[in-house]
Amino acid sequence: MDDHYNLRLYVAGQTPRSLAAIANLKSLCDTYLTGRYAVEIIDLIDEPHLAMADQIFALPTLVRRLPKPLKRIIGDLSKTERVLVGLDIETRRAS
Amino acid sequence: MQPIEPELPARQLAKAPTGIPGLDDVLLGGLPAGRTTLICGSAGCGKTLLGMTFLVNGATRFGEPGVFVSFEETSQDLTDNVASLGFDVPGLIAAKKLAIDHVRIERSEIEETGEYDLEGLFVRLGYAVDQTGAKRIVLDTLEALFSSLSNEAILRAELRRLFGWLKERGLTALITGEQGQGMLTRHGLEEYVSDCVILLDNRVVDQVTTRRLRIVKFRGSAHGTNEYPFLLDDKGITVVPLSSGGLDHSVSVEVVSTGIAGLDAMLGPGGIYRGSGVLISGVPGSGKTILGASFAAAACTRGERCMFFSFEEAAEQLVRNVASAGIDLQRHVESGLLRFETKRPSSFGFEMHLAQMQRELDSFRPSAVVVDPVTSFRGPDSEVYTLLLRILDMLKTRGITTIFTSLTTSNERTSQNDFGLSSLMDTWFFLVDIEADGERNRGLYALKSRGMSHSNQIREYLLTGEGVTLIEPYLGAAGVLTGSARLAMEAQERVGAQQQREEVVRRLQEISSRRAATERQIAELHAEIEAQDTEVARLTAQEETRETVLATDLAAMRTSRSVRGNGKHTSLTTSQIRRDARAIL
Repeated sequence: MDDHYNLRLYVAGQTPRSLAAIANLKSLCDTYLTGRYAVEIIDLIDEPHLAMADQIFALPTLVRRLPKPLKRIIGDLSKTERVLVGLDIETRRAS
Repeated sequence: MQPIEPELPARQLAKAPTGIPGLDDVLLGGLPAGRTTLICGSAGCGKTLLGMTFLVNGATRFGEPGVFVSFEETSQDLTDNVASLGFDVPGLIAAKKLAIDHVRIERSEIEETGEYDLEGLFVRLGYAVDQTGAKRIVLDTLEALFSSLSNEAILRAELRRLFGWLKERGLTALITGEQGQGMLTRHGLEEYVSDCVILLDNRVVDQVTTRRLRIVKFRGSAHGTNEYPFLLDDKGITVVPLSSGGLDHSVSVEVVSTGIAGLDAMLGPGGIYRGSGVLISGVPGSGKTILGASFAAAACTRGERCMFFSFEEAAEQLVRNVASAGIDLQRHVESGLLRFETKRPSSFGFEMHLAQMQRELDSFRPSAVVVDPVTSFRGPDSEVYTLLLRILDMLKTRGITTIFTSLTTSNERTSQNDFGLSSLMDTWFFLVDIEADGERNRGLYALKSRGMSHSNQIREYLLTGEGVTLIEPYLGAAGVLTGSARLAMEAQERVGAQQQREEVVRRLQEISSRRAATERQIAELHAEIEAQDTEVARLTAQEETRETVLATDLAAMRTSRSVRGNGKHTSLTTSQIRRDARAIL
């Protein structure tokens, strides 16, 4: 189970940046985490209390809930290299 | 988004009171309502506490709920830190009058992977504000964002948007910022805040810290422009707008006792004027504190409140020590009429002393004060003078009768003994040592007393088990004498008087006995005269008897001669005999 990724993406509304982040995350997961990830997208417009509960201040924010430890990435995930570093995803298998 | 400055309203700007004693006075009402105020200052100068006090007072006293957004301390820490001030933060949170949101930003946890904004923060703020119906918000301190996020361009744009958002929401916001080099805040937050900027300062001079507050700007409102000292202690924040003082305080003609009958008697009206300042200068051990304590005890006995600022002795020690002089202060402490404020003069700066004194005076409202001693304030003379001047003004404007004690190093009245304070005082007693004949005695005199006549005598006084007693001065041919010399002279005079009395008695006795002797002589002479008179009477009687007998005899002889012869040889006649008798006498 160590290599199973449980991710949560926080956005606020259907802004271009939100949509870009969602798209970037999807392609990234499909490329590097095929079959071993779960993504939950949370719109803070609908659930504002989660912003405080999950310590969100910048948007979009991607939180790696599993594997431990918890990791946070902010931005629209357009810089793939940094996302992979941030999520601690081993890239050698893909490369 | 650029926050748009609305036209300043012609009428008074709406203010949101902070409820912090003194601060609202300086701000002429409070912070600008619906606008953002920047509080800046170095670490530990009280920014967070000021923010929290603003919110708690808003929630509890002004019906304005608030949100505290902390970028540094956790909710728990914040709650604990203010619990000692009596702020029931958990209770306010439960009642939805206050919300605390701790925005935790761990630099190590964050990877920036592209474009982002701080909408998450806006969502959080909006949510907290909506939940509580907040009118006030504190952001402490936004600068934490600068150290966590590397993209300053985004950050600055978002901050600008944030301030616009706060204004749009009509929130009275208070944001804090660390003071930077040559700038009010390290990251230039002041450029976003144009309404009100308050600078807190924590200055250390000679290892003594003084906290000061200054309103750097307050658009659309007048405000106090000075640096105001403020206190940060177990009673929270108190800003002390020290009045520059003036000479327009009201004066009283009421006379109050100094607590020492003899001292009162030296002054024309029989005491000092209410609201006046009395300076008692004296050498060490002259009983200054005891005189002060007497005054305090007298005030409390009259039923007035008295505050005793002691800078050298702890309250308990002072109470014990003056009890040995028969002054019972414990009773008044227990009844609540007497309160001690004991602080080392060196524990903080002059401003803080003043600020603290002012706060204590305004909370206790005494009518009598003892400051013991003023000389324990050390520093440049001009500063000490100013301090004392302001203390005096502070007391006089409140109509408080005050005894200041002052330590002098000698019996000489030199200027460095009193910081020039003497000219400010209404009444000045000088306690001196009178050294003579191998002993030291205590003397006091009234150097001056404005607006009343006063004795010019140097009076000896004793510190006895029944308090301070002034002794009737010895004023003899030998001058003013004190102590043993006075006692000796008095004894000598007593002896002299005794001798005098005895002499008079003796002379009276002598005169009376001489008179008796004379009377006796007179009596003897009278007796002699009487004896002589008696003799004369006896002799006269005897002669008459003899003449009668003689006449009788002659008649008898004449008769017998006529019988016996011619009787010629009896030629002696009666008239002859009478002549003879007279001659004998």
